[in-house]
Amino acid sequence: MYSDKVMDHFMNPRNVGEIENADGVGQVGNAKCGDIMKMYLKIEDNIITDAKFKTFGCGAAVATSSMATELVVGKTVDEALMITNKAVAEALDGLPPVKMHCSNLAEEAIRAALEDYKKKNGLLDSSTESTACSRRCDDIHHHLEEED
Amino acid sequence: MEDKFIYFDHASTTPVKPEVLEAMLPYFTHKFGNASSIYSIGRESKKAIEEARDKVAAAIGAQPREIFFTGSGSESDNWAIKGVAYSNKSKGNHIITTAIEHHAVLHTCQYLESDGFEVTYLPVDENGLITAEQVRAAIKPTTILITVMFANNEIGTIQPIAEIGSIAREKGIYFHTDAVQAIGNIDIKVNDMNIDLLSLSAHKFYGPKGVGALYVRKGVKLASYLHGGAQERGRRASTENIAGIVGMGKAIELASANIEAYNKKLVDLRDRTIDEITKKVPFIKLNGDRNKRLPGNVNFSFQYIEGESLLLMLDLKGIAASSGSACTSGSLDPSHVLLAIGLPHEIAHGSLRITFGEQNTHQDVDYLMEVLPMIVGRLREMSPLYEALANKA
Repeated sequence: MYSDKVMDHFMNPRNVGEIENADGVGQVGNAKCGDIMKMYLKIEDNIITDAKFKTFGCGAAVATSSMATELVVGKTVDEALMITNKAVAEALDGLPPVKMHCSNLAEEAIRAALEDYKKKNGLLDSSTESTACSRRCDDIHHHLEEED
Repeated sequence: MEDKFIYFDHASTTPVKPEVLEAMLPYFTHKFGNASSIYSIGRESKKAIEEARDKVAAAIGAQPREIFFTGSGSESDNWAIKGVAYSNKSKGNHIITTAIEHHAVLHTCQYLESDGFEVTYLPVDENGLITAEQVRAAIKPTTILITVMFANNEIGTIQPIAEIGSIAREKGIYFHTDAVQAIGNIDIKVNDMNIDLLSLSAHKFYGPKGVGALYVRKGVKLASYLHGGAQERGRRASTENIAGIVGMGKAIELASANIEAYNKKLVDLRDRTIDEITKKVPFIKLNGDRNKRLPGNVNFSFQYIEGESLLLMLDLKGIAASSGSACTSGSLDPSHVLLAIGLPHEIAHGSLRITFGEQNTHQDVDYLMEVLPMIVGRLREMSPLYEALANKA
C-alpha cells in the first residue's frame, strides 16, 4: 500500500534526532490520535540550515517527517512556510488516501517549528497564530466517513 | 529484503492443510454435481455434505441435524442474532452481549438497536473477562438472547461460557457463542456448556475460507436467513459450497483428533514468548488474562511506539503479525477491545498480536526474540514520547 519512496524513508529515515539549542522547535499531533511529530530547526540568517525530527506514529507519519526535514533544509523561513502537505506527499510519490492526514501533520510540524522560531525572535505576527491539530481527530473521522 | 517468512497471524487465518485440500479437489472438477440433483453426481455431492455435517456435529457433541453450513463466521453470527431476535420478538426485545465481541456480533447488535431492540453491552475487566454474575444481573423479563464470544480474537481471553450457559438455561434464555477463535484450539461440547447456538468458521482451523457453520440446538426458534431454495432444510438457501463444506469437515476432523497435542504445542510457544518479551523489553503490558487465554495468543502493548510501524518493520524482517493500532484497522480509533480493557489510546495504538499455529517452532520464537527488541528499541529512539520520558528520568 505504500510507495517504494515511503518505505525507503520509513526504513531509512533521514534526520532522526534532536538539535541542541535549536532555533525553532514544534510538536504537533497527540498520542490519542496515534501520531506525534516533533521538529527541530537550525536557522541562520533566515535560512534553515539543519532539521531533525522525532515521530511517534505509523509508517506514513515517519516517512512524511523524514521527507519534511529534507524539504525544508536550504529554504528561507518564508519559503518553508509555503511547503504544503500535498508537496510532502508528492515528494514521497503519494500516500494512500487514509494516510493523507500524516502529511498534514508534517506541514503543521514545519509551521509550528517556524512559529516557535519567530516567537523567539520577536517576528511573530499575532494574526498567524497556529491552531494546529486542535481538532485533528475529529477532522480525520469526518474525512474517513466521506471516504467510505 | 529477507527471504525468511514466519507467519504469526493464525487468529487472522490459517493455511489449508494438504489433506484438506486433497479432500476438496474432486468437488471442483469431476464431482461437480449440484447436491439438489437426483442423478449420481448430484447424490454424491449430497452425501459429501452430509458426511461433513456429521464431522462438524461430532466435533462439538451435537446432532448432525443441528448443524447448518453458512458462508462464514460473520454470516453465522448475523443469522444467530438476527434470527433469534426476530423470531422471538413476541417474548421480548432485550439482548445481552459484551463490549469486546467481534464486529460481526457488535455491528449486528447495533443494527438491531436501530430496529427497536435493546442491547446491554457488558463491560469487561482489565483482562477482558466478564463474570456469569454480570450476565445474571443484566437479565430482564424481556431478555431473549445472551451472546458472548467464547474467546476473544485480539487478546485471547476465554470467557466463563459454561457458567453463563447454565444461567441462560436456568432462565430459559437462548445462549449464542461466537466460537470462531476457539474451535480447533479448545475442546467444546455444546451440551456440557448449555450452548444453544454456536458460530464457527473453517479457515481458522486449517480449512478453506468462505465456509462457516452455525450450530442451532433442536427446538430453538430461529428464522431462516437466506430465502430461496430448500438447501440446509430450507433454512439457508444457496447452492452449497460443496468443496468448501467437504474441506471444513476434513479440517475439523483433523483438528479434533489432534486437539490435545496442538493445544500443548501452542501453550508452550505462547508461554515462552510471553516470558521472554516480559524479560527482555521494558515498558510493556501483556493484554488479556495470563491464564484464561487462547493457547496460541500473545498480545502486548509496547509503550511509546505505534503498532503499524512495528508491523512494517517486522514484515521487512519476514515476520507476519497484527496490531490493534488504528493505522492498521482502516479507522483511526484503536481497537475497541483494547479500549474496553481500559488501555489509554496511546498505549492501545502500540499493540502487537502474535498468534501461533501448526507450522511455528521454537526457532521461530528465537528469531522473533532476536529482532523484536531491536525494532522496538529503534522505534523508541525515534519517538518523542520516549524522549520525553528519558528527559524526565
